[in-house]
Parts: sequence; structure tokens; C-alpha cells
Amino acid sequence: MGGAGMATAEERPVQAGIRDRAELLAKLMIVPAIAYIVAMIGFPFLMAIFYSVSDATTGDPTLRIIGFQNYAAILSDPVFRLALKNTFFFAFVSQALVIVFSRILAASLMQEFRGKWLARFLVMLPWTAPIALGTIGWLWILDSIFSPIDWILRNAGLLGTPGALLGPETNMYWLGRSGLAMASVIFVHVWRLLPLATVIQLAGLSSIPRDLLESAEIDGAAGWRRAVEITIPLTLPIIGIAFLFGLIFTFTDMAVVYVLTRGGPVHSTQVLSTWTFFKGIQGGDLAQGAAISLFLFPVLAGVATLMLRLARRTEVV
Amino acid sequence: MGGIRKIAARGGLYTVVTIFAFFGAFPFYWMVIATFKTDHDLFSPLNNPFLFNEPATLDHLKLLLFETHFLTYLWNTFLVGAAVVVITLAMAVPAAYSLARWAGSWGEALGIGIFLTYLVPPTILFIPLSRFASQMGLQESLWSLILIYPTFTIPFCTWLLMGFFKTVPKDIEEQAMVDGLSRLGAMVRVVLPLSISGLLTIVVFAFTLTMHEFIYALTFISVSVKKTVSIGVPTELVRGDVFQWGPLMAGALIASIPVAVVYTFFLDRFIAGFTMGAIK
Repeated sequence: MGGAGMATAEERPVQAGIRDRAELLAKLMIVPAIAYIVAMIGFPFLMAIFYSVSDATTGDPTLRIIGFQNYAAILSDPVFRLALKNTFFFAFVSQALVIVFSRILAASLMQEFRGKWLARFLVMLPWTAPIALGTIGWLWILDSIFSPIDWILRNAGLLGTPGALLGPETNMYWLGRSGLAMASVIFVHVWRLLPLATVIQLAGLSSIPRDLLESAEIDGAAGWRRAVEITIPLTLPIIGIAFLFGLIFTFTDMAVVYVLTRGGPVHSTQVLSTWTFFKGIQGGDLAQGAAISLFLFPVLAGVATLMLRLARRTEVV
Repeated sequence: MGGIRKIAARGGLYTVVTIFAFFGAFPFYWMVIATFKTDHDLFSPLNNPFLFNEPATLDHLKLLLFETHFLTYLWNTFLVGAAVVVITLAMAVPAAYSLARWAGSWGEALGIGIFLTYLVPPTILFIPLSRFASQMGLQESLWSLILIYPTFTIPFCTWLLMGFFKTVPKDIEEQAMVDGLSRLGAMVRVVLPLSISGLLTIVVFAFTLTMHEFIYALTFISVSVKKTVSIGVPTELVRGDVFQWGPLMAGALIASIPVAVVYTFFLDRFIAGFTMGAIK
């Protein structure tokens, strides 16, 4: 950071004549990217804000400002409030689980063993394969009739007979009952984001100085104590970064919920992103759709700020 | 005693890794099974779903390849991906170079600013962008995707490339300029060839991110023959309420595995850029 400024000072005598041209070039080369970002991210973002205080619909997209009526309308809508609650609930619960599991997995992958490349490939699949397609796989696994999980439960005598632990019905209907549907969505989010968190945690673990671990070993600190006293505190900022990235991904994801449940049954798995889609695009109410989507923004801004701080802290380590 | 403890630790390690590998790969394993099972076997609730109770079949694959638009989806995805890669390279390479080399102290701040725009999610942008697309007559056109996908590839790839360019020693460039190349010439003829692995990373990411994208494609494209694979498979292989599970799973599998293989090779670099250089 500071180094860049110093370097230009050093260069000055070498190329006194072309220094001006370098600055001009620097500006010319960055203009296309900045222009694109302003036009395709900055401007649409402002438009989203305008839409949210207008009465625009897909049938009549002219912008007439009507103030905060849309916000008042969506806040009094029970479906919106449910979607808001679900968005937070799904994101926090899934990421809490992801952090715990990714820690265990990363600690295992730190060690050398045969077939590690294959294990790594398989473990990373949920992140490296397109999410909508992976989720389609889960849709079939959680099928209301042909779910292999139900088949196992039935054959274990836990389901489908009178007096069975999970009830006399032949199927669990994973995506058809509100509680189970929520659990399924969270489960698939955990599945999807575990690889990302694992790689981040792996990088964190391998950044710990080896002699620190060795001296702890000589002191006779047991595995779990070493984790609690040394590795976890040292990698806490990186664990934080893994958690925040996971939050952003689950918070803004639409593919998982859309493919699995479309927000059902009866809106019980509705989240802000799907509700924005159903209201704003399928329902044609651009104004309310935009207002719903903007509820994501304060959280994202907060997360981004926190992340920058954590990134700075890890640089010091 | 020590030997036994060591074996136990080894066993524990393999158990943990196997459980996680199974957890990660199970849906894909399940796709393989469904791809080759006859419908009758697939839809008999009493059959053991983990075994082939009847001989395997290629019917689902044939149906997928010859009676659906699956190959068209793959082709569309490829076209969009290639165009997005070109646009991303054309914008991100000069921007990243400029920020890494010539911009001085404001370069870092601007770089972080560009990275943060990556965090503005499609869920906020897709309503205004859908209006743009229809005003420009790009609704139902792959051009809408080509125009819009760089919103997530440019910020991220610029950030990633900045890191790569910073690792090329300045002396090399200066030597090239002493040898008579201009500033720009030094960048194009000396620094870019040295950054090939970085550029390749960008190509892979721009392409895979395009392949993964779901929301914009779902919003802008509803005509079947214009769909990309990540929306074509989940929306078109369902006729009414009837899921054609065999072809559906085959399509998901075929589209997932190649991209996953390529992505895995570049994963570490992706994460390093992703976490904003916090991890080195």
C-alpha cells in the first residue's frame, strides 16, 4: 500500500519524460472498467432506490414518485415479514453449522493421506458444480415418494408402520411440511457453502507458524486444547471472514429456495430474494419488488465493512 | 501402545474424510444412478433405490441429447461464457494493471472500491436491469446476459489480477523500457506473458461464474431455445407437473462435472483473491 507511493518516487529519475504519459495511460486504462461499473451496477442500484419510492409496474414502468407507501405496504405484509425472518434464520443457522463442520474438515485435510486429491475433489463438488444443478439433485433425493432417505427409514422400521417412531405414513414429505422444508433448505445451504469455508479455514490453518504448534506439542498440549488455546484464537479473523462470506451467499441466494420449494409450502421457506422475484418480476410490481430487495442492502453493507476490518487484522498476523 | 494410538488416529481421519466426501458427492452419485436406471426401476417405491434392480439403460441419455434442447443449452452457455470472458479480459486487464502499477496510493482504495461492488447482489440489480434489457429490446436475447454478466466478473477479476500484476518485479519492466519499449509496450510484451497463469485464472473464473449464474438467466430468458444450462435443466425438463427425473439427472450431471473438474484446479487462487488477500 504505502510501498506503491514510494516506488513511483524511485522511478521518477529513471523516466522523467514519460511520467506524465504513464499517468495518462493509467487513467485511460481504468476508464472502461469504471464506466461499465457505474453504468451497470451504480446506475441500476440508484434506479432500484427510485423504483422503490415509485408506483412502477411492468405494465406501466413510468417513474411517478409516491414516497414511502411501498415500504409501508410491504412492512404490513405478513409474507414479507416471514421472508425477512427466514432470510436471517437460514443464513445464521446454516453458517453456524458451516463454521463448525468446516473446521473439522479443514483440520483433517491439513494432514497428508492417500487419495487426498480425490477426497478434495469430492468435498469441493457442492461449490464447484453449478448450484442450481446440484440443488436439482437434492430435489430428487428429497422427493415426496421416491426419497432414498424415506426408503432407509421405512426399512429400518422407523416410518410407515403403525406405531413407528416417525409416524405411520409411508413418506416424510421433506419439502411438503413447513418445518422439514426449512430444515431441508438450511441443509442444502450447509452442503453448498461447506467447501468455501473449508478452503478459507485451510488457508488460515496453514498460515499458523509451525514452531508455535511444535512447542505446544512439546508442552504436551492435547489436540483439543491446542485447538482452543492456539489455533482457534490465531485464526479467528479468518474464521470471521469465512462466516461473513457464507452469510452473504446465503443471504442473497435464490437458486436453492427457488429450485427446492419456490418458497413453499405456504411461504414457509420464502426469503427476501425469492419474494423479490415473485413480486417484482413474476407479479410485475417493480416498485414493491425493488423495495423488498433493498432490505438486503444494510446487512450487506455492514458485512462488507466488518470484512474489510477483519482483512486488515489478518494482514497484521 | 503408541502404535495403536496412531492407527486409531489414522482410522479417525479416514472416517471423517469419508463422511464429508460422501456428504459432498452424494447428490452427484444419485444423479449417476438415476441417469442409467429404467423408469420402471426408478419409480417403484419398493425397489432398493441404491441398486440396479433391472438392467441399466441409456434411454434417458438418448432422450436428453436428442429429444430435448439440452445441447442447445450447452451451446448457449458456451457462447455467453466465451463472450463474457472476452469482455472481462478487455476491461479487467488494463484496469488491474493500471491500479497495480501506475495509480499509486489511490489505486489501492479504488481497487477495494471495485471489489466491493462485487458484493452488490443480483437480487438488488435484477429489477432495474430487466427494465434496461426490455427497453433495449434485449429481452429473450443472449445479448442481455452477455451485457450483464460482466457486472460480477469484472470487479472480481480486476481485483484478482491486481494481485497477480503486483507479483511481477518492477525491474523487469524497467529493463524492457531501457531496451527501448514504451510503457504500454513493456506491459503487453513483457508483463502479460509473465502473467499467463493469472490470465488463465481469470478466463476460468469468468467462464465458471457465467455457468453458475441463475438469477439473471431466469429473469431475462423464458424462451426454451435461448436458455443456458443452469436454468434450462431445472425449468425445461419438467413437463407441467411431471418431472422427467432420468433425463433431468443426466443433464445436471453432464453439465456439472466438467466445470467442477476445471474449477477444482483453480480453487486455491480463487479463494486467495476472494478473501481480499487476507490469506497469503
